[in-house]
Amino acid sequence: MSNPTALLLQAAPDLTARLNALEAAAKSAQSAGDNAWMLLSAALVLMMTGPGLALFYGGLVRRKNVLSTMMHSFVMMGLITVIWAVVGYSLVFAEGNPFIGGLKYLFLNGVGKDPNADYAATIPQQTFMIYQLMFAVITPALISGAYAERIKFSAMTLFTTLWIFVVYFPMAHMVWGKGGLLNAYLGGSIATLDFAGGTVVHITSGVSALVCAIYLGKRHGFPNEPIKPHSLVLSVIGACMLWVGWFGFNAGSALAASGLATSAFVATHFAAATAALSWMLAEWLHSGKPSMLGGISGAVAGLVAITPASGFVKPMPALVIGLLAGLFCFWMVTAVKQKFGYDDTLDAFGVHGAGGTLGAILTGIFATSAVNDAPINGKVVPLGLVDGNAMQIVNQGIGILIAVGLAVVGTFIILKVCDALIGMRVDGDEEEQGLDLSQHGEEGYIPEA
Amino acid sequence: MKKIEAVVQPFKLEEVKEALKNIGIDGMTISEVRGHGRQKGHKEVYRGQEYNVDLLPKVKFELVVSDLRFEEVLETITNAARSGKIGDGKIFVYEVAEAIRIRNGDRGDAAI
Repeated sequence: MSNPTALLLQAAPDLTARLNALEAAAKSAQSAGDNAWMLLSAALVLMMTGPGLALFYGGLVRRKNVLSTMMHSFVMMGLITVIWAVVGYSLVFAEGNPFIGGLKYLFLNGVGKDPNADYAATIPQQTFMIYQLMFAVITPALISGAYAERIKFSAMTLFTTLWIFVVYFPMAHMVWGKGGLLNAYLGGSIATLDFAGGTVVHITSGVSALVCAIYLGKRHGFPNEPIKPHSLVLSVIGACMLWVGWFGFNAGSALAASGLATSAFVATHFAAATAALSWMLAEWLHSGKPSMLGGISGAVAGLVAITPASGFVKPMPALVIGLLAGLFCFWMVTAVKQKFGYDDTLDAFGVHGAGGTLGAILTGIFATSAVNDAPINGKVVPLGLVDGNAMQIVNQGIGILIAVGLAVVGTFIILKVCDALIGMRVDGDEEEQGLDLSQHGEEGYIPEA
Repeated sequence: MKKIEAVVQPFKLEEVKEALKNIGIDGMTISEVRGHGRQKGHKEVYRGQEYNVDLLPKVKFELVVSDLRFEEVLETITNAARSGKIGDGKIFVYEVAEAIRIRNGDRGDAAI
């Protein structure tokens, strides 16, 4: 009896049982911590759509369109949820081919309290499912910034329903699903880095927004008649809620209450801060005054750009990413939009499309395994240019091209189909009257009531 | 009887109201209006889109006074509303044919 373990076992015959119990208790404690953070994160991301985006966009339109614009965000909370529950989750996260998931989780079959170790080993799969749903809710809501003030409500819901199947589900599966083409962490062939949805959420929505803006044409009176935001106060409140909610979006994408979540939280906040400042500064130099609208636009641009990078970059590069995003998106919505003359009502393309693309490229530069050492094909590899992997920028480019291509082609075809079936745009009288009355039969502000 | 319409700067609302009250004029109608005379507007910029706003917010006083008092009222309003800068506004005076207090049917000066 010289073996110490055996000696111990002899001394305490129930040691194995106690060790097993201890292990189970430790697991349960970790699961409790992670699950608490992920449920909170899911709620934060939902808050980004309603009321965050609803207020942000609602304040930017004219008062006769405030409710219809808020509705464009709010209705997603119902519509996308139902689609996701029935089939959407499965099409993104069930194993399928490199481009789209399978039907294993149809009707959320088998999605319960047990974790799905492929995605998040410490939280119930149902938590993962509801968290990912909130991303699917906000993405089509972002597009509404481009078609606000002139789209038929019926056409908008049909467009969104088709779009989520044709563009979002395939893109999300390619980047995040097991076996997805761009998901190197789970068997994909092209290692694209997108921590929280730069390609999946922002490039797809931003580019689709541009296609919508061009296809629908300009609003009546744009750009010669003054079309001013009716309440920047609402927009400021909404943008600040987006900023807070984005912690759930990015830090939550760590899928655990981990050090990586903290790192993503810090990067997210830092980029928002520098982007708000750089946009305001550009405006100050360019037109003489820094504006509140510029500040919140910059903050959102920074949050967009840091989204793909948030779980891969250190704090100082996060400051740089925000700085560049503020300047780049300012240039896109002031100079580029005016040069080409498209009416992207609330700059969904200028902020989300442009900021998302910039962020995806900068992720390829600044991503480092010092921040995120999750193994790819079983080993920790250098990630971005700062790790010495210049090829990553090419991979990011492939991810961007796929997202842009899918968004352009998919959105154009869907618009054609919806236009043929029910028509996309309200008629001139209805547009003049405002969508609140013409589409919903109500008004946001009733002075005499 | 004369009707006085005075379009003044919004920030002069309280001052004019107070001055009228001090000379015993209690009845008036006030509305928020927009307009411009010689005053130039200002520029607003929203995400690089520039707008020239030339219709500026003003406050319009409407009051009807007896012929005996209207010179005094005009002077009171003019003094109270004046800042000396372009944009202080204008006053217009009309003859009033009749005034009736709805409650009891009083007419003329008794009604105002």
